[in-house]
Amino acid sequence: MADEGALVDERIEKLLSGFGPDTDPKEFWGRQYDLGLAWVHFKEGFGGLGVKPKYQSVVQDRLEAAGAPVGNRELNLLGIGMGAGVLSAHGTEEQQRRWLRPMFTTDEIWCQLFSEPGAGSDLAGLSTKAYRDGDEWIVNGEKIWTTLAHVAKWGMLPVRTDPDAPKHRGITYFIVDMKAEGVDVRPLYQITGEAEFNEVFFGDVRIPDDQRIDAVGAGWRVAMTTLMNERVAIGGKILPRESGAIGIAVETWQEYGLDDPVLRDELARLWAETEAMRLTTIRAAEMRKVGVPGPEGSTGKLAWADLNKAITAFTLDMMGWDGTLFPGGYQKVRPTSIGDPKARQKQFLRARANSIEGGTSEILRNILGERVLGLPGEPRVDKDIPWKDVRRG
Amino acid sequence: MLRETTRRFLEDRADSMVVRDLMEKPDGYDSELWKAGAELGWHGLAIPEEYGGIGFGFTELSIVVEELGRALFPGPFLSTVVMAANAILIAGSEQQKQEFLPDIAAGERIMTMALFDGPHGADPSDVAMRATATKEGWVLDGLKRYVAYGNVADTLIVAARTESGVSLFLVPGDAAGLRVSIVPTLDATRRETDVSFDQVVAQGLLGREGSAGPVIERILLLANVALAVEQVGGAQWCLETAVEYAKTRFQFGRAIGSFQAIKHKCADMLVAVEHGKSAAHWAARNADDEAETRIASPMAKAVCSDAYVGAAGETIQILGGTGFTWEHDVHLYLKRAKSTSLMFGGVRHQRRLLAKALGF
Ligand SMILES: Cc1cc2nc3c(=O)[nH]c(=O)nc-3n(C[C@H](O)[C@H](O)[C@H](O)COP(=O)(O)OP(=O)(O)OC[C@H]3O[C@@H](n4cnc5c(N)ncnc54)[C@H](O)[C@@H]3O)c2cc1C
Repeated sequence: MADEGALVDERIEKLLSGFGPDTDPKEFWGRQYDLGLAWVHFKEGFGGLGVKPKYQSVVQDRLEAAGAPVGNRELNLLGIGMGAGVLSAHGTEEQQRRWLRPMFTTDEIWCQLFSEPGAGSDLAGLSTKAYRDGDEWIVNGEKIWTTLAHVAKWGMLPVRTDPDAPKHRGITYFIVDMKAEGVDVRPLYQITGEAEFNEVFFGDVRIPDDQRIDAVGAGWRVAMTTLMNERVAIGGKILPRESGAIGIAVETWQEYGLDDPVLRDELARLWAETEAMRLTTIRAAEMRKVGVPGPEGSTGKLAWADLNKAITAFTLDMMGWDGTLFPGGYQKVRPTSIGDPKARQKQFLRARANSIEGGTSEILRNILGERVLGLPGEPRVDKDIPWKDVRRG
Repeated sequence: MLRETTRRFLEDRADSMVVRDLMEKPDGYDSELWKAGAELGWHGLAIPEEYGGIGFGFTELSIVVEELGRALFPGPFLSTVVMAANAILIAGSEQQKQEFLPDIAAGERIMTMALFDGPHGADPSDVAMRATATKEGWVLDGLKRYVAYGNVADTLIVAARTESGVSLFLVPGDAAGLRVSIVPTLDATRRETDVSFDQVVAQGLLGREGSAGPVIERILLLANVALAVEQVGGAQWCLETAVEYAKTRFQFGRAIGSFQAIKHKCADMLVAVEHGKSAAHWAARNADDEAETRIASPMAKAVCSDAYVGAAGETIQILGGTGFTWEHDVHLYLKRAKSTSLMFGGVRHQRRLLAKALGF
């Protein structure tokens, strides 16, 4: 134990000793990876030290305190937040060696090609098909809502390889080169006017078999690992008190010099709820450290989505007529990171996605009810019949 | 009848392609559609016959407004036909009525009201701009904000303070010293402008000097009744869109409407929209009753704002990823819903007015 802590300390010292104001962030992240401080619980030589995951927060805190670059997560959220966990749990050493480092340095951005026009919440209903051709697979189909596909080098891609099997069993998981021939990425504009996400079309795209993750037909299992990482990546981040949407709401109260008791009551109510949620996230993280995963973890994304929507809407209420403005107008652009929108009106609009992206709030409530509270499931009409016979649309 | 012809006209001539096209254009309205609406009688519905109108009341007008809200029809209808026409009817001299109302009824004059200078304006007492008497007449200086369609208005009715209190001034849209700038809005289907006044000489007063308080108060109540009715039209569209989608979108081998989570959302939306309809229609029917309007207007605006913002938000949720796209129309409704709820005083202000009217 003490050894693990000392080892992490020593590596942090080493990393920071070479760090100066004009260190290139990508170079810094490369060094961080090589010193085993990218994901401390990963194996040595693969961005880790083989120590307990709790030391990652030590690394993060020290780097932030030293003013070192930590923005790679925001630039490559789908890779670092989700892809890395998938590779470490299901990838071969060869695959980890090839993909983890450039992912961490943001030299190679990743995207998640799960959703399809006919398969959203019902991810296991996906239709994009692949068949084997010697050492390669040939993929045809269509994905949708693919965040950052326009800047991504690699995509996480579950496809149907056996339409006769029930829907969960006929899926295989690949990593696809987004620059490969036959991959066509087209922007989809969102209610903010921006296109964070895309449609992606696959026309006879060839994927070498060594880019398959886990066994043929084991894709559902890999997809589940991806989603578990996603929920932590979205809902598990611990922010300081009064940051994010509620911080902006408090700023708005002050900026507009408000003194209305009704607004004050609402602001205080939202403040308290946000803080309670934050404390729950901390408690969940502590439980994870001692190895007892509690239900608190799954409540994070659900609560955050509802609160973020409520707070951003309330912030416009506090602004009065100014809430009817949209500074800068709607700009049709394709952002290169999942950034925080600056204007409060844009935050109000962007927040609408919080209860949809990464699994809808309805689905999360079902999960909490059924898996955490043990309530009986809703009738499942499609579970054991062959995928090709399931009604879709 | 009026409802059917209005809806049919809007579906034929002003579908969402047209709305999207207009929202990209600076003027934010289409003069031919504007004229066509006037020819259908929309503009003169509630204007007395002696001033070139049809002589019906707010109830008939509100049917048109509800359909305009359903279609998100862009244009200065609220500012011209609901607000300015009523301000002239209430406060104008016989000569002013003769001058302005027939033109409004014929669709030949666009008007707007420039009332507030700060973001929380929702009350005559919030009027801050000053007017000074000079040899040439009343002179206005300062900035009015959140002015609907100031960019295309032929005449503005401007609220400003004089020694004796708040007054309304008539200002030609091309007056020297007047500068109008379009501000980008959350709801791009509705133009909002900043209008700055640099030694602008007014054409004259509307009503007596210093006596505009009650006129403005009444116009704000009527504007909010119209907004409530408009909100009902939009909320109804959201409800229908959500229900249609819930019936036809399949996940897990079932129509998503068969999941109670979605079915209950639709049912709750139905209840909220029905309540909104009742409140808004009641307010519209009683718009001539000044005492009842003090209760019915804030009630309707508060209930309908919540119903509309709620319906638009839930519809986005029910549509999932599709609901978050620019391509689907539902975002236009969310933006309209949120911004109408903030216009002329948000929901909390409306509840405050209601409590005051009820004496608690
Ligand atoms: C901003 C944004 C970014 C995204 N980025 C990505 C990405 O990078 N990669 C990717 O693969 N996907 C991405 N998505 C897609 C996202 O995961 C899906 O939109 C989401 O899973 C919902 O699927 P859907 O849109 O098809 O809605 P549907 O599944 O059709 O759902 C429609 C409605 O039905 C409800 N519903 C469905 N099933 C049930 C049920 N069993 N019980 C109760 N209610 C139910 C839903 O909650 C929803 O309200 C993104 C989405 C957004 C909005």
